[in-house]
Parts: sequence; C-alpha cells; structure tokens
Amino acid sequence: MSDIEERVKKIVVEQLGVDEAEVTYLSSFIDDLGADSLDTVELVMALEEEFGAEIPDEDAEKITTVQAAIDYIKAQQG
Amino acid sequence: MDSLINLQGEIALVTGASRGIGRSIAEMLGKAGATVIGTATSEKGADAISAYLTEAGVAGKGIVLNVADKDSIESVVKAVTGDFGAISVLVNNAGITRDNLLMRMKDEEWDDIITTNLTSVYRMSKACMRGMTKAKKGRIISISSVVGASGNPGQTNYAAAKAGLVGFSKSLAREIGSRNITVNVVAPGFIDTDMTRELSEEQRNNLLQNIPLSRLGQPGEIAGAVLFLASPLGAYITGETIHVNGGMYMA
Repeated sequence: MSDIEERVKKIVVEQLGVDEAEVTYLSSFIDDLGADSLDTVELVMALEEEFGAEIPDEDAEKITTVQAAIDYIKAQQG
Repeated sequence: MDSLINLQGEIALVTGASRGIGRSIAEMLGKAGATVIGTATSEKGADAISAYLTEAGVAGKGIVLNVADKDSIESVVKAVTGDFGAISVLVNNAGITRDNLLMRMKDEEWDDIITTNLTSVYRMSKACMRGMTKAKKGRIISISSVVGASGNPGQTNYAAAKAGLVGFSKSLAREIGSRNITVNVVAPGFIDTDMTRELSEEQRNNLLQNIPLSRLGQPGEIAGAVLFLASPLGAYITGETIHVNGGMYMA
C-alpha cells in the first residue's frame, strides 16, 4: 500500500469513526460507511488539510469512494 | 451552582464588545471562566476591551475586527485560533442601526445593515465552523432584537436583518446538531445602552407604557441569557430564540 493510500484510509477511519477493517478501496462513504452529507464535507476538508490541496466543490462531489479519493489525490500530486 | 456555569477551557469570541450589551457579555463569560476575545472596530476600542478584561481578571484580550469585511474576519479567526485555540463559543453581537422610513431609505442604508448585522453572522459562523466540528462541540449565539419579531416603523432594514438571524440560526442548528454544536438567538427588547439613549424623552415614555416590567433592561440581563446558553445548562437548547424584553413582546 502506498503512502497516499495509507493516509487516505487513515483519514476516512478518523473522520467517519469506522473500523479500519470496514474500509476497502471500493467502500462508498455514504452507502457503505454510513456518512451523511456533513461527514463528506468534513472528509474532503480533512483531505485538503492532509495533502495541502484545494479541492473544488465540483471535484469534491465526485469523491464518493475510498478509491476515488486516492485517485484524486494521486492525480493532484502526480 | 458554580460547577454548572463553569466555562473554564472555553474560548469565547464576542463581536462588538467595547460597550453596551457586548461588553456585558464579554465580562460575564469571562467571570464564568472562559477566555474572552472581544472585538471592536477601532484600536482604541480594542485597547479598552483589553483594559476591562484585565481589570476583571479575565484571560483574553480585545482585538480590531470589522465584521463587514470578509478578509478581516478570516484573519482574526485565524489569529485567535493560533494564539488561544479554536473558538468554542461565538457570540455575534456587533450591530448598527440606520433608521429611516422605507420611502426615504437609501440603498446604502439597507446594504450597510444587511452586511453588518446579517452577512457578518454568516461569515463569522462559517469561519468558526471547522474548529467546532473538529472539536465536536460549540455554541453559536447571535444577538437579534425584539423588532425582528414585532416590527418597528423606520427599521425595515434592521428588523429584516434581525429576523434573518433567526432563520439562519434554525437552519444551521439543523445542519450541525449532530456535531454537538448549538445555535441560538437572544432577542433583547429595549436595553439601556448608547443605542437606546438616542431616543427622545417622549419615545422613551411611550415605550415604557408597553413594557409590563415598566423599565428598560440592563445589559447584564441580556448577558445572563447568553451565559445560560453558552453553559452546560443550555446544552439541550438549539435553534431557539430567547426573548429578553420585560414582556413588551411575548413570542
């Protein structure tokens, strides 16, 4: 697991208060991990802080799964 | 009783704290143990706040903030968070009046009121949101006015802004209740401050006839309601407006 993947998963676990074992790449924040709309906003803000990135609203809407978050951060940093 | 109103460890920011109701709120929250940052529009006002806080033995200080200026709000919230920690109690008190009959009202008079009395509350609340959601606790208390509920000739702008605070607070209360953040309003009636000292003797007497308690309120009587909402005693109250007006308007 790359550094980015690990950090994204850690943030998801912290922000959503879920068990690490529950978090897979395909996990949907809302459908699988029980996030509400406020959770997803906070999650995106936490990702912004962690990676020093600015994620515009239209991009944030598309970040609905763990994999989508990892892909987005990788694309930003790559 | 003391332990119930202990605000030790809380960081309170009170806008418009150089005099009147704001000053009373700042002093009372401070005496209950909170660290208090009071804002004023001028250096002189900020110094005066620092002076009265120090005199009362309250931790904190006065700082300059123009609530009508987005950048000023962002930099102040950032600076306070850096110096003292995340703001856990926000009291939106700063406000102005620009009274005029609607037929004579100028766009500037309308815009000034909406910007200073309503948009500021949106911006201040937003700026404090991250710190509060992270901490999973917070209190946002905005000072409205009886005229937001009752209406008052010559104050269409002021009443609109003050009523706007209520709808804003109810909506925000629903948005962030799950994060243990309460959002409430305190609506003062006629309080003995510089703002009401501008009234004529005749206006004053007319007013008193409509107040069952037959007197103007004191700033401390508003501060008491704010302290209650800020303390653990008010923990289960959110989206609510507390009217403190001597009975002149019963909601």
